[in-house]
Amino acid sequence: MAKAFSGVHALRGVDLRVRAGEVHCVLGQNGAGKSTLIKTLAGVHRPDAGEILWLGETVEIADPDAAIELGIATMYQELDVVDGLTIAENIFLGHELSRAGFTQRGEAARRTTELLRRLGHANLPPHTEVGTLSAANKQIVSMARALSHDIKLIIMDEPSAVLDTEEVKNLFAVVRELTAAGIAVVYITHRLEEIREIGDRITVLKDGRTTAVGLPVADTPTAELIRLMTGRDIANVFPERMPIEPGAPVVLDVQGLGLAGVFADVSFTVRAGEVVGLAGLVGSGRSEILETVYGARKASEGTVRVRDRTLPRGSVHAAVRAGVGLSPEERKSQGLVLDEPIFVNIALASMTRFARGGFLDDRAARRVAREQIDAFELRPADPDRPARTLSGGNQQKILLARWLVHGTTVLLLDEPTRGVDVGARAEIYAVIRDLAAAGNAVVIVSSEIEEVLGLADTVLVVADGRILRTLPAHQIDEHGVLDLVMKGTAA
Amino acid sequence: MSEPTTPTRARTVPAEAGMAPVSPSAASPLRAFFAGSAGRNIGLVIALLVMFIVGAITAPGTFLTLDNVFVILRQASIVGVIAVAMTLVIIAGGIDLSVGSVTGLASVVGTLAVVQDLADSMHWIVFVLLALAVGAVAGLINGVVIAYGNVVAFMATLAMLVGARGLAEILAERRTLVVQDRGFITFMNANILGVNMLIWIFLIVAVLGWVLLNRTTFGRRTVAIGGNREAARLAGIDVRRHVMWLYVLVGLASGIAGVMFLGRTTAGSSTNGQLLELDVIAAVVVGGTLLVGGRGTITGTVFGVLIFATLTNVFVQNNLSSSVQAVAKGVIIVVAVLLQQRFSRQPGRR
Repeated sequence: MAKAFSGVHALRGVDLRVRAGEVHCVLGQNGAGKSTLIKTLAGVHRPDAGEILWLGETVEIADPDAAIELGIATMYQELDVVDGLTIAENIFLGHELSRAGFTQRGEAARRTTELLRRLGHANLPPHTEVGTLSAANKQIVSMARALSHDIKLIIMDEPSAVLDTEEVKNLFAVVRELTAAGIAVVYITHRLEEIREIGDRITVLKDGRTTAVGLPVADTPTAELIRLMTGRDIANVFPERMPIEPGAPVVLDVQGLGLAGVFADVSFTVRAGEVVGLAGLVGSGRSEILETVYGARKASEGTVRVRDRTLPRGSVHAAVRAGVGLSPEERKSQGLVLDEPIFVNIALASMTRFARGGFLDDRAARRVAREQIDAFELRPADPDRPARTLSGGNQQKILLARWLVHGTTVLLLDEPTRGVDVGARAEIYAVIRDLAAAGNAVVIVSSEIEEVLGLADTVLVVADGRILRTLPAHQIDEHGVLDLVMKGTAA
Repeated sequence: MSEPTTPTRARTVPAEAGMAPVSPSAASPLRAFFAGSAGRNIGLVIALLVMFIVGAITAPGTFLTLDNVFVILRQASIVGVIAVAMTLVIIAGGIDLSVGSVTGLASVVGTLAVVQDLADSMHWIVFVLLALAVGAVAGLINGVVIAYGNVVAFMATLAMLVGARGLAEILAERRTLVVQDRGFITFMNANILGVNMLIWIFLIVAVLGWVLLNRTTFGRRTVAIGGNREAARLAGIDVRRHVMWLYVLVGLASGIAGVMFLGRTTAGSSTNGQLLELDVIAAVVVGGTLLVGGRGTITGTVFGVLIFATLTNVFVQNNLSSSVQAVAKGVIIVVAVLLQQRFSRQPGRR
């Protein structure tokens, strides 16, 4: 159906053949060229070598409009919906239905409902403001917009990144309906388990080249895919747990913590060297618990004690001073000052340490940043690089380095591997384990239950703002967690 | 474990998520040059030079004299002092519309009869300190309302703009008060090394502002807050307290400007500093500071101030009306901002 052999700056020899009605997965690490490939097909970039064949003919995709004309729609990772407009307005944005300059709201609503029904979401009223929808429903709107054109190929760039397990299932159901209607789907992801579930064939990218084209999903073992992506074998993704010393002191002690209307009666302790994981679905209150422990939200009840010192409620400043550090859920919008260099971001929490009498000592900050860059194998290894130019995995390393430099002993990690590719994930896991082994107390939240189970010593199962169960990680599996959550939510 | 890409490759191959934005701009050396802070300042130097050439051609004999250069600098000094502090506020993502009113209020309080009597019996430094305190307190009120009351800076300082002007009118009873103290007037009009006191004050404030922004933790935090407020907060920076101090700073600068008004005109009037906020903000923005925060330079601001002062001077030398001047200012502001966006645009954004 389509073939691209292109030589845009990040791509140096890419083949992709997509058949009608299939789910074609494109797999690759961050930096492999997936996004560039998408943008070339969507008409954002132009290939400077090679050609694109569309239904047997050579085509030139000059701009995004041309792509849509051909029947190629793209759903980008950052959802491109306008929060202030309604679902119907979003879907017909740029090609509003109108007569003599007046929009036809009724007709737009009718067609919107029809599109939403095709996607199995007829329950969404077309005049709902998009800003009030969940990420999953925003994605549905984005898909409905694609379908409002006569498309034959839809490209989805990591659509599951913002979804939890239930919502991913929904997404897959929609994808299956699309393919049943003969629409081809190019599905970009770095979650291997999703490819198993939804994919028909796989194309693997590495360093801007395809290392495998159109492999059938069913016959390709995971180890082989990882080898194609990374050029090496990953034996053990999760590092081995280290036994916690029996006499290890309790570093973080949370008792009866609550935030009115969000969660209540949360109690747990973390010992030095221990990794505690919060497992639960999106909306269960996981992230809010972490942020409240940190003081970024003001608790309405309960206490947080760090090494026998009670933290004042709602003060990040006090928490940081007591040795608590948070790596927030949204790395870019909450964690980093993107236009500032790596060393400034690393030193952000310890600025007074790199200053004398208020005057900055950037040489000291750079030196320490360089040490961290070496220790974490942060790339590019240049402390003056703006944080914006780094991949997700390396940005995550900056946040970990920030707290290490500050001398933090309690690390709260919210989604430490979101948007981080498989190879770099293993590195982050190893780093987290090392930090625990060095005597830090770690609390980790992730929407990937497998990740929580693989990393944590102790797991807290969270649903509806309550801790349902606290137990050692090896006593429960993903199935067990979901089981508890479902029952807990129903009760 | 190491990343699969080798370090050298990571430098040359743009990664999809991260490094891609850098590469298209690097394709044009001119654009890359102008995108840098040095490049932007060179653009300002060129603009200033052009204005000097125009002045030298249209008013030969009078424009290019040392005396006239000092006139320009003196003209620039009051706006300049506030603009330096305003640069920090704007870098942090804020704005202060009340600087003109606070300047007027400070000049009025400094010349009140009771204050003058007090200064008579002690030293003129008393009313100078009082004027500065008025500025700082007005700034403190702005800062507390904005940082701890969560009021949008635009609205909080708009309220102060109206309120401070009104208070100045009440205190002055709509009369112009005159500074009697000879010592103060002599001091403010003194020349040190042939340079007027007002220019010295501007110079000192600009240097202090530069050091504060570029060499201290306060400055670094200011940039971090403007670049990403939430990240700064979650890194343990006390964002509210910091923002409050920024408004105290710009209030203090307005107080200094009030004292400079007194030194230049000897008159404390509630109309002092009217519309000053517009000149200040225009100079800061033309100087390359982003109104959304996160980026800006003191050097750029100083150039912005000088460009407008020179423009005024060129027009005065050619006997053109202040109305024509205002039109020219408007054009310059738009052209400068358009040029900046052209050269510093993030690739892919329109």
